[in-house]
Amino acid sequence: MGRIDRAEVERIAELACLELAPDEAERMAAELAAILGYVEQLAALDTDDIEPTDHALPLATPFRDDRAEPPLAPERALANAPERDGFAFVVPRVLDEDES
Amino acid sequence: MTAAPHPTYEVVIGLEVHVHLRTESKLFSPAPVRYGEPPNHAVHPIDLGLPGVLPVLNRKAVELGIRAALATHCEVHARSVFARKNYFYPDLPKGYQISQYEDPLATGGWLEIDVPAASAADDAYVTRIGLTRIHIEEDAGKSIHDAAVAGADRSHVDLNRAGVPLLEIVSEPDLRSPAEAGAYLRTLQHLLRYAGVSDADMERGQFRCDANLSLRRHGATELGTRTELKNLNSFRFVEEALAAETVRQAGLLDAGRDIQQCTLSYDPERHATRVMRVKENADDYRYFPDPDLIALHVDAAEIDAVRRALPELPEQKRARWQTGYELSDYDARQLAESRALADFFEAVVAELGGGARAAKSAANWIQRDVRAALGERGVEIETTRLEASALARLIALVEGGRVTAQSARPLVAELLDHGGDPEALVRARGLEAVSDTGALEAAADAVIAAHPEVVEQVRGGEAKGLNFLMGQIMKRTQGKASPGAAREVLQRRLRGA
Amino acid sequence: MAAETALALAEALTAGTTTAAELVETALARAEAARPLGAFVHLRADAARAEAAASDARRAQGAARGSLDGIPVAIKDVMIHEGEPCTCASRILENFIAPYPGTAVARLQAAGAVVLGRTNMDEFAMGSSTEHSVYGPTRNPWDPSRTPGGSSGGSAAAVAAGVVPIAFGSDTGGSIRQPASLCGVVGMKPTYGRVSRYGLVAFASSLDQIGPFARTAADCALALEAVAGHDPADSTSLPEPAPRLRAALTGDVSGLVIGLPREFFDADGVEPAVLDRVREAVAELERGGAKTRAVSLPHARYAIATYYLIATAEASSNLARYDGVRFGRRAAADTLAAMYRRTRSEGFGPEVKRRILLGTYVLSAGYYDAYYRKAMKVRTLLRRDFEQALSGCDLLAGPTTPELAFRIGEKTGDPLRMYLSDIYTVSANLAGIPALSVPCGFSDGLPIGLQLLGRPLDEATLLRVADAYQRRSDWHLRAPDPATWAGPGR
Ligand SMILES: [Mg+2]
Ligand SMILES: [Zn+2]
Repeated sequence: MGRIDRAEVERIAELACLELAPDEAERMAAELAAILGYVEQLAALDTDDIEPTDHALPLATPFRDDRAEPPLAPERALANAPERDGFAFVVPRVLDEDES
Repeated sequence: MTAAPHPTYEVVIGLEVHVHLRTESKLFSPAPVRYGEPPNHAVHPIDLGLPGVLPVLNRKAVELGIRAALATHCEVHARSVFARKNYFYPDLPKGYQISQYEDPLATGGWLEIDVPAASAADDAYVTRIGLTRIHIEEDAGKSIHDAAVAGADRSHVDLNRAGVPLLEIVSEPDLRSPAEAGAYLRTLQHLLRYAGVSDADMERGQFRCDANLSLRRHGATELGTRTELKNLNSFRFVEEALAAETVRQAGLLDAGRDIQQCTLSYDPERHATRVMRVKENADDYRYFPDPDLIALHVDAAEIDAVRRALPELPEQKRARWQTGYELSDYDARQLAESRALADFFEAVVAELGGGARAAKSAANWIQRDVRAALGERGVEIETTRLEASALARLIALVEGGRVTAQSARPLVAELLDHGGDPEALVRARGLEAVSDTGALEAAADAVIAAHPEVVEQVRGGEAKGLNFLMGQIMKRTQGKASPGAAREVLQRRLRGA
Repeated sequence: MAAETALALAEALTAGTTTAAELVETALARAEAARPLGAFVHLRADAARAEAAASDARRAQGAARGSLDGIPVAIKDVMIHEGEPCTCASRILENFIAPYPGTAVARLQAAGAVVLGRTNMDEFAMGSSTEHSVYGPTRNPWDPSRTPGGSSGGSAAAVAAGVVPIAFGSDTGGSIRQPASLCGVVGMKPTYGRVSRYGLVAFASSLDQIGPFARTAADCALALEAVAGHDPADSTSLPEPAPRLRAALTGDVSGLVIGLPREFFDADGVEPAVLDRVREAVAELERGGAKTRAVSLPHARYAIATYYLIATAEASSNLARYDGVRFGRRAAADTLAAMYRRTRSEGFGPEVKRRILLGTYVLSAGYYDAYYRKAMKVRTLLRRDFEQALSGCDLLAGPTTPELAFRIGEKTGDPLRMYLSDIYTVSANLAGIPALSVPCGFSDGLPIGLQLLGRPLDEATLLRVADAYQRRSDWHLRAPDPATWAGPGR
């Protein structure tokens, strides 16, 4: 298992779109290290032949019939928008380079 | 575009195709799937990724996914898993895309493609392309960066497309030329339409293609470093972009440089690819099973039901026509390629009374005249005004001697563009075959008089002179001479009767 | 003297000795008196009065909808209520008004319940003390210098303070049971899938469940009946219809076998008074005819580690939608990337950021197998432990939480210590089984809870045992002294 330091916290913060002040990153690194140290105990368990439980439910995913319902009224869809133009949500310009 | 193989390098191409499934509602929400609406007019709270919403899977989307898998000989898995692909982008409302990752719906199929001849010196050929996997996922919305719409420092976000069901179809790196890539895409598009999986309209974004391309020296077995071409929005651009990327990579390799893994776009005006983004290790999508959905189970009975409901696919049609109609492999392949053309062909055969003879006529007319006219116009049969019954009537007029083939052929394009009744057209244009003995005798006499030396040869036993004289009669009658009657009259007059 | 139960109020409404309008006024007055506790983040006085009037009108026409009609209830600020704010006690959702109905609240309204207001919580339900809230902490009605537990501390405090007879919370790792225990009320986490999560703002999707708080198990039964049952809008909703729970409350526990997990009774770090009261409660049930036997949950000691891996992983993804694009708070910035980072950094509090970072880390390339997949496998072991233990008995019993209500600020500097508050509760979430906490005594004037855990879908047995215990005890009849609230108020 990995050791977490400030650089690692900063890498993770970037993935999570969070901005940490230097002292905040330092503190987070220490706290996460403590938590991960605690979690380390799981390594002692032999789970090679154990199936993972991604769900406690003994079910298969249910289906919905392919019937369209009226969409949300556009005014309600946009009612919480921090910024809008007509019926579009607006964000600071996305550069081509941001495209994924 | 370079059609010939590269002298030094073998081109290795894999394609990733995304198609919109033909459903009424979205993959995980009951919002309608609509095109061309104003922004955010076809969304449900689920598509907006509002706090507290949850996905419920559209049954029809799964059924269509299974259809596509069966049509491409894939194995449909009894259990597949929806995972979250996590990344931030304004048109991705939840901050993750629900897709299938480790356990896709289907794997391991193939598609047989017809690759047209690259030049007169080459032959067309048929080859089989492996499919790695088929999985179901949701589409993202659209970000509009056009400064004219959004202003110089703003982008607009429209989520109408967010949540539309997609099928991602990933090929093996089995394609060896841009032409093969083009043939693969055309075949796949036709097949998906056949099976009712997708309308696959590229202009509506229902059929989208990303391509991976790498080069290796001829004879090498290891794959080279590949680059990814994104957002190729027409078949022509796919082929052009792959050709351009081949040139770019070959140039780098020839200069002894390494290929850098990157994402490229294609600039059709410059006929060149452009690097959009160099791949970094930062691509970490943190896939994990979506805890809002349980695993998708598909049992054998359901797969069988989908299989039984599948329409007849090109392979089966071809086999039926080759045995029942004695069509050549070539004709059968071409006619079966698109469902609309196949249906058209069968309708003409039926109108002509069915059977191998009718099929032969229908195939000849479609292959020779209809396809040429479609090709010239760059359209598909279903968008033209040509009715199967009209073509059948035209063929019947020819076969009944009412009009000659030569007079009738230009009418195909006419019917294709404007529709109409062939018989009325023939009359209006004065194209009825001349079988009137007097007129034919006059024409034959004039031709005999004009070409005494040919007449000598024919009388001396040279058969090919007869064809020349027939041609001259046709010329004099503007192609309207009924060939049978004209030949009879000519031979009679040659004998001096 | 404790406030009336919902069932008593329902009887009074039926008898015509009170009206829904009166009940709302009483509740609003009590909410005002309890204001220093900080239990509510939003009171909807006018809307509640209008709904109460509508309820009275229905009743006058003989069209009352059942026992909840006209009863004031409170909901945690994580439950979507159409047309109302929902902030999850987070700055990032300030000003958000829900434009769609959530299932649980819609069902409460259909039953005629009057939603008085929204209760405080740890931001996005991440916490065990209701201190991590943009609105400030909620205080424990039994001692306002202490926390009510969390994350549903506002709902627990609102019921303990007598403002409402019933409140709803959500429980991902103990967020209903632990505050119920620390506030001296009954709180239940139903079987995973029993109550629709459609309209419950997600913390950890595979663990979250909505459940009720009340002073009695009987009121919890009433409350749960109203919201439980299949919902086609939630793919993880169980197909079973809403259970009939009140009919199961016979007061009789004779013949029931109660398993006592060894690991819950000899754990280190548990307050001796807690174990004493829990043992006495079990003994009381034995006097009622129940039998006990020792059982083992060998993997219980791994539950916290497993829980924090799974819950944070899911949370890191669930909280990606708070990006300032479609709703919620947006920070000003010139570029998209800066807008994202600032919005999220300013909008989330430190505990939420900590968990997003941990969850992002355990899912990231190279760590997934070691952490996330490993945790999912241990989850399997834990689930088997419970299957095994519950195969030989009808339910399990033990403490709800290892300690008494702790002081505000006492643990905020040590996240790991805070996480260990959930040591007895997280297993039920990981295994998906129902569990509740029922008051079983006091120590130094602070309440203690007995936790009962049952088989999947067997909420009825848990409520039956808790109800029988309450018939044989009077802890739930004690009430905190409102005179103590004003002092350290906000
Ligand atoms: Mg892909
Ligand atoms: Zn895809």
